Amino acid sequence: MILYQHNDTRALAIRLRKHALRMTSRAKSSHVGSAFSMADIIAVLYGGVLQVDPSQPQWEQRDRFILSKGHAGSCLYAALMERGFFSEEVLDTYYANGSILSGHVSHKGVPGVEFSTGSLGHGLGVATGMAMAGKMKGADHRVVCVLSDGECDEGSNWEALLFAAHHKLDNLVAIIDYNKIQSLASVAETLALEPLADKLRAMNWAVREVDGHDHVAMKALFDSLPLEEGRPSVIIAHTTKGKGVSFMEDTVLWHYRTAQGDEFEAAMAELDAIEAALTNDRSNIDA
Amino acid sequence: MRDAFIQALTELAAVDDRIVLVTGDLGFGVLQDFASRFPQRYINAGVAEQNMTAIACGMALEGFQVYTYSIGNFPTLRCLEQIRNDVCYHDADVKIVSVGGGFSYGQLGMSHFATEDLAIMRALPNMTVVAPSDPWEAAELTRQVSARRGPTYLRLDKSAAGLPPTPATLGRSRQVRDGEDVCLIATGGILEEAVKAADLLAAQGISAAVHAVATVKPLDPDLVATAGAAKAVVVVEEHTVIGGLGGAIAEACMSAGAAPRRFLRIGLEDIYPTVVGDQRYLRKVYELDAEAIARRTRALLTA
Repeated sequence: MILYQHNDTRALAIRLRKHALRMTSRAKSSHVGSAFSMADIIAVLYGGVLQVDPSQPQWEQRDRFILSKGHAGSCLYAALMERGFFSEEVLDTYYANGSILSGHVSHKGVPGVEFSTGSLGHGLGVATGMAMAGKMKGADHRVVCVLSDGECDEGSNWEALLFAAHHKLDNLVAIIDYNKIQSLASVAETLALEPLADKLRAMNWAVREVDGHDHVAMKALFDSLPLEEGRPSVIIAHTTKGKGVSFMEDTVLWHYRTAQGDEFEAAMAELDAIEAALTNDRSNIDA
Repeated sequence: MRDAFIQALTELAAVDDRIVLVTGDLGFGVLQDFASRFPQRYINAGVAEQNMTAIACGMALEGFQVYTYSIGNFPTLRCLEQIRNDVCYHDADVKIVSVGGGFSYGQLGMSHFATEDLAIMRALPNMTVVAPSDPWEAAELTRQVSARRGPTYLRLDKSAAGLPPTPATLGRSRQVRDGEDVCLIATGGILEEAVKAADLLAAQGISAAVHAVATVKPLDPDLVATAGAAKAVVVVEEHTVIGGLGGAIAEACMSAGAAPRRFLRIGLEDIYPTVVGDQRYLRKVYELDAEAIARRTRALLTA
């Protein structure tokens, strides 16, 4: 099993962004900002936190991972490719006629995808059921679910929050990619979530907040799971939508806009520059 | 029918530890035996049908066979997308049990009338749709549904046809009465009215066959052939005439190029019932009772 170190998960995150940029640009599809926002979270998870085995995608002891914000599927597909679940040629078919890789995550024929999503507010409930089943079977694996902030508008999540706390599912981990921007405007302007941490604490979940782009902090937090015995864990990851490309960062526009032509070149140049800086950084450490 | 179901499920659960029952906070006085015998496999999800269905799906994907249990439209329409995207798309072994098909809760008003459920559940890929007509059939089909993996909708009626037990097979219809002039086809407890209508027609010299369809999807191909070859077909269901058993038979016959010459769907016309009353009373009001079936069948044959 390939395990990445912290520095490597940062490099992995940049590669995920580059893949997602290429995929969404080629497809002329949306949600590159959503993919960039969670790229560091996904890189840390798939870079060594999640116990998964590409040679046996259905390995019984695997950690279950559900991407509830299925619209950011490009980033998950890229992570699965990087972990060796399928080849880069498959990744290149994203969105294409006849492809197995749909815009919103589907498990059909895609090794490593635990559960299909795309309609928001579905992932956490199913993850909760999986965690319940894990408890009933006395299994050791964890169930991890990444949600968007806009998705928290869906009432189904709050049903699942109630249930998971009631049943003390401390094998369940929800990570909220809190980039503060949803489809048409900011979260605060659309349907305010604050005080989010207080709400989740009041729901009897163990709550921590983290910088969703700080790999060292996230790795330390994920390694300390469960946050509390007898409570499900929720990690509010404060993120920046479009993280990694200056003109995409913190904008509503890049929820739907697709990078074409000069915009694509400029975005890729910025990601290349970050990648080069990381490589230099590592050379310095190695020296 | 409800009691027959839960008794059968309890017997199954005693020998199959994959079976889990999840209720949406309903089943007062009905589920206690199951709950006390299998406390680890009985979950009250609270009044939260979306989550009830989602956790059922999650547990089913982990190897359990999960029954969601509620009344009327709560386990179906309230959480339809969880059924579609989560359960059916993932072909999860979730059995959705609704107590109170049709007008079973007639006095409670339209919120509690399950009168579009067959059409909507039938439209979902991977879904099997089952509506027994008697308690013994509910018990038998519960056993057969359990033996077969995959999403199933089990619609349990408060009424019962009152027919004696005979062999019943998932996916097969049962002919309960022979006849030459017209073929009456019914699903659920309202089969009773179809049988009575056949008696009324016989007294008037009309010989009516009666078929019971407990598996609305997939439809018995032999029944489709029988209906296609019949002189006249009348489908009876405590459900809208749109998209339920009548719709299924019409589609199948037309596709087979063997449409009966005369065809009538007896069910709720495209309306929300507003009259209050028990199941039998509402059947009379909305012309689904034996007298109405006989009268409308006679009119069909003489038209």
